[in-house]
Amino acid sequence: MAKQIPFVDYLVLDGEPHLVAQECSSCGARFFDRRNACAKCFATEFTTVPVATQGTVRAFTIVSFAAPGIPTPFVASVVDCDGTQVRANLINVQPDPEHVHDGMAVRLATYPVGTDSEGTEAIGFGFEPTT
Amino acid sequence: MSASDEIWILGIRMTKFGKLPDLDTVDLAAEAAVGALADAGVSMRDIGVLAAGNLMNANAGIGQQLQKQIGQTGIPVYNVANACATGATALRTAIMAVKAGEVDYGMAVGVEKLSGAGLLAGGSRKKDGDDVWAPTGRYGAVAPIDGRIGTETMPGVFAQIGTEYGHKYGGTSFELFAKISEKNHAHSTLNPLAAYQKRFTLEQIMNDVMIAYPNTRAMCSANCDGAAAAIVCNGETLKSLSLEQRRRAVKVSASVLTTDPYEEGCQVLPNVNTLTRNAATIAYQQAGVGPGDLDLVELHDCFATAELVHYDNLMLCDEGGAADFFNSGATWRDGSTPVNVSGGLESKGHPIAATGIANIWEICHHLRGEAGDRQIANAKVGLAHVIGLGSACGIHILEKSAA
Repeated sequence: MAKQIPFVDYLVLDGEPHLVAQECSSCGARFFDRRNACAKCFATEFTTVPVATQGTVRAFTIVSFAAPGIPTPFVASVVDCDGTQVRANLINVQPDPEHVHDGMAVRLATYPVGTDSEGTEAIGFGFEPTT
Repeated sequence: MSASDEIWILGIRMTKFGKLPDLDTVDLAAEAAVGALADAGVSMRDIGVLAAGNLMNANAGIGQQLQKQIGQTGIPVYNVANACATGATALRTAIMAVKAGEVDYGMAVGVEKLSGAGLLAGGSRKKDGDDVWAPTGRYGAVAPIDGRIGTETMPGVFAQIGTEYGHKYGGTSFELFAKISEKNHAHSTLNPLAAYQKRFTLEQIMNDVMIAYPNTRAMCSANCDGAAAAIVCNGETLKSLSLEQRRRAVKVSASVLTTDPYEEGCQVLPNVNTLTRNAATIAYQQAGVGPGDLDLVELHDCFATAELVHYDNLMLCDEGGAADFFNSGATWRDGSTPVNVSGGLESKGHPIAATGIANIWEICHHLRGEAGDRQIANAKVGLAHVIGLGSACGIHILEKSAA
């Protein structure tokens, strides 16, 4: 089987694909990027924690006009995953206002982004409707 | 409060906004600066500090470039950059210098050449198709994330800010947001300095090119060229000036700059709400006025979706009540709290660094009773607000002179 690499380092592909966050050991604030310290309480210890794979759409837009090279339309959104806010595209859904609405229930889904010259496949993530 | 603690705008000027191919940034900044000096009745010799902003060329030293054309007096220059709050930041910098007692007169200038700039932000991508996937950056991404993990473009970010408000409180729709744009375009027909002075029907706005649902092109701020400048002094200095200068001076009752405090999710989707609410709370307290005292408001309608949330953030309405507030007609120029009678960023235009001073010019124009056809009758108190994504919020509350 071809080798795979996650599109971002906070996507874990082993077993059931899921996202992980850097959780502040002191106050519990969660972040997805490499951290220098906690923006909420300034502490510097973090633990890696799994993020719920199901959530609800808290905000969305359907982007029709983007920077060159970005396929449109696509649905950009913020998904509330059990209290953790996640930025992601909504995928496997018609990108129009009839099919996308706030509060809709979604779950994490992965898809191939492309394959590099060594045959490694990059795997991206989005959220898809649960029904 | 003694007179030396009071801050006054002595002179202020904005240029015509629009497509101005024959004028460069220095020409525009010079027109605004020289105009503001003439309006104030002072000269470059009097100015003790210059704060200047030109966001798209933030490393070019616009302040010194301007001095070389209109007067090199050796005074300190602060070149500032704070996204769309750059103009307000320049003004605030000049105010702080006057307030500290270091100078008698301060000048703030904001200028931008933005015609034809197209989509702002987004596309912060390294080249696709690098040979081997290699995680880079703070997310360890193997390829550019814009478009694959949400959107970085301004219309898309602010669209989500609008739909998020609807998710939280209800009452919003594509049509509602389009109606806000309809209002601002209607207002612009009375503003000869606006980049666009064209009234659109609701249907035209909704059927215009979709940029990022629910924002169509007409609901996005207009990229254009322009500049604005202001001269400030304290109340003690003002006392020494002519009756005419004292009569036309506008009191800065509050000058506030905030950034976004940490909140859950604020690094996922920028939170433009809390820092605005915080700035407004401080500003109302500094000025000793409430939202009900405002005769007009110029707020940062970089997109129609943004205007709605700021009704709430500026506490012009009850929490969660922005849709009802707009639907009541309150924010039209004949309503109880006229908002963006200049036409707002959607039609007056948004030359980024000029915006945070141009909105203050608009308020001053009304408080001085010089706004002509679009004058809000008997205007005594106004509020100007800007947001720079990232984020910075500037709020100034202005009051008519009693002289």
